[in-house]
Amino acid sequence: MSTPPAMLHPELLAPSDTPAIVRDGRRLDHAEAASKPLRSRPEPQPRGAKIHGNRPVDQAEAAARFIAAPEHEKMHDERLWDLRQKRDREMHGIDEWEELRALASAIKEHTLTHLDEYLEQFEANARSNGIHVHWARDAAEHNRIVHGILKDHGAKSLIKSKSMLTEECGFRAYMASVGIEVVETDLGERIQQLDNEDPSHVVVPAVHKLRTDVAEVFSKTIGTDPDNSDVHYLAEAQREATRPLILKADAGMTGCNFAVAETGGITVCTNEGNADLSANVPRLHIASIGIEKVIPRLEHLAVFVRLLSRSALGSPITQYTSHFRGPREGGEMHFVLVDNGRSTRLGMEEFWTSLKCIRCGACMNTCPVYRRSGGLSYGATYSGPIGLIIDPTFNAHKYSNLPFASTLNGSCSNVCPVKINIHEQIYAWRRELVKRHEVPFAKKAEMKAAGALLSRPAAYRAAIAAADVALAHLPRFVIYNGLNAWGRHREVPHPPKQTFHSWHHANRGGKS
Amino acid sequence: MRIGLFIPCFIDAFFPEVGVATLELLERLGHEVVYPRDQTCCGQPMANSGFNAECADTEALFVRNFTGFDYVVAPSGSCVHHVRDNFDAIEQSAEVKEVRARTFEIVEFLHDILKVDEFPWARFPHRVGLHNSCGTLRRLKHARPSELHEPFFSKPMDLLSKVEGIEFVTPARPDECCGFGGTFSVFEEVVSTKMGYDKVSDHAHAGAEYIVSADTSCLMHQQGCAERIGVPIRFIHIAQILNGASA
Repeated sequence: MSTPPAMLHPELLAPSDTPAIVRDGRRLDHAEAASKPLRSRPEPQPRGAKIHGNRPVDQAEAAARFIAAPEHEKMHDERLWDLRQKRDREMHGIDEWEELRALASAIKEHTLTHLDEYLEQFEANARSNGIHVHWARDAAEHNRIVHGILKDHGAKSLIKSKSMLTEECGFRAYMASVGIEVVETDLGERIQQLDNEDPSHVVVPAVHKLRTDVAEVFSKTIGTDPDNSDVHYLAEAQREATRPLILKADAGMTGCNFAVAETGGITVCTNEGNADLSANVPRLHIASIGIEKVIPRLEHLAVFVRLLSRSALGSPITQYTSHFRGPREGGEMHFVLVDNGRSTRLGMEEFWTSLKCIRCGACMNTCPVYRRSGGLSYGATYSGPIGLIIDPTFNAHKYSNLPFASTLNGSCSNVCPVKINIHEQIYAWRRELVKRHEVPFAKKAEMKAAGALLSRPAAYRAAIAAADVALAHLPRFVIYNGLNAWGRHREVPHPPKQTFHSWHHANRGGKS
Repeated sequence: MRIGLFIPCFIDAFFPEVGVATLELLERLGHEVVYPRDQTCCGQPMANSGFNAECADTEALFVRNFTGFDYVVAPSGSCVHHVRDNFDAIEQSAEVKEVRARTFEIVEFLHDILKVDEFPWARFPHRVGLHNSCGTLRRLKHARPSELHEPFFSKPMDLLSKVEGIEFVTPARPDECCGFGGTFSVFEEVVSTKMGYDKVSDHAHAGAEYIVSADTSCLMHQQGCAERIGVPIRFIHIAQILNGASA
């Protein structure tokens, strides 16, 4: 392979440039199984945010490292943008799309404002279906309850399908600490488990990885050829390695997309059928359910099922939409209903509607910041726009930087199938964090100074006059956080001959 | 009709030609345009960073400057969005509410209020890519955002279509944010500039000679990005084209 023209900025390569096609990861889409990458040494995968205890996560730092890995960044951006486009095509196929969104939002808001009633109804109906129902106040209680169930059955191994709730609960780490082997059955989640890394996206957990990254992970964990990154080879090897674990597992676990109050049943949507494996192969099925997942009636399910996969992946429906309403013969089914901060969030006037979220990931796919930062840059269970408004409800100090990782462009709110006003909540969180003194002192000082300057016309004019003298530098009064960050990767504006103010004085002198 | 002209701080300091074009255009259309000389800013930079209390005095000053006009018009979508939708650091007296409700961005003012249907003095024989800023697109509703299943409309496109010789190009991601985002541009400068590079490159690949927008702040950022990576594209505010700028 010829060396890519290193001097040329990647943005300047035309789409037809061969090196650009190799560099941008498009071979993944068009020739997935056909060949290995032409580079001999793949670009190493950029890792996520550095976590230092309870210190605020520096999303910007991690995002900068992601962007510094251009093959990953470009692949990630294009792959997720492709999902957004597929979502748009699906949307245009449904005339009543906006009506559906409004309906989904109304159902969720109704349910959330009558949550106690519907949860009790759900519990009663589930119990009458022969399901054991447990209530967990928080993550720790959830983990203890599940461990207790497993202990009662002498279970030593657990297979599970993907569940953001169990990520929230630090479930795998807890299970490891009590000596229970957990195997993720979703391919992307399994990749992340083997790499000892969190999911970077709620629907496509390993979307930030190139196949060369997966080849590296599998070569170290399940013994594949490190130089073979053919996706079919990798998928098959993983299947061969995992199927025996699935077949011999003592217990199975799933999450829950929707819990129907009137039936006491749950619905799980997957594309790999892995929830069915997890639920049906072992005799014991445990489902972890966030309390906000409940919907009143079965007919409401139709609204959400029509929206979910279209919003998430741009497909009309997931490959599998599995309904679980009771244990099979000789089996046992347990539902663990988890609060873990949800009741508190429900009481937050500006933020309670974030509980409408159905975890489709559409806001992540459309978010221009997320696509260029990677989900792991957020250093939290939930990344992207929805993460910015949910994560601070868990820990406003640790996640105090996240609401600032947004341009407030509002695309997230527009794609949201349940009409969460995400960008307005991001804005509201900024205010809230300032009120709670969770914003750095230097920033506060700058904003105070800016406010003082901008409210005093004479001082402001003097500052502009001073700036006019040295206008080659971008003055602080415009970009309050200082000149360096502006000029590091872009040019400062060209100084004009005069300000509008002086032009107006010279040309319309009498009129003001 | 007596119009108060609001020229946001960065336009005053860096892009006076945008202010001049807005003023001249409104005068050309036969209106009395007053520029209150004590104006500074609308408070948005502080408010967007969460510091609402810190913009109270600036908001109060804005109201003092712009009370009593039939309309307040500005060539900046994001500033108008702040005034209209978020301007709540001060008590919402009848006077404050009045000023907020009468504040318009130049495109919507020309399109919805003045309903201008010709710009006979304007000729712009160039290929332009239209940048709908997020503030104008999703807050002020200048156009149908691509995420929504609604009939297509575009106020800036309607106005620009009346300019002789103009030709539009369509970038691959027409309403992707350019990455400016106010203080985001410095707090998250790497992501911000990457978004800017992608935006100007998208327009360049589509064949645009100019990127035209109703938000000068986006243009300032995009221009800085284009110059840094050497994308040969020029930037112009929509008011300049409508006022008859030749290039």
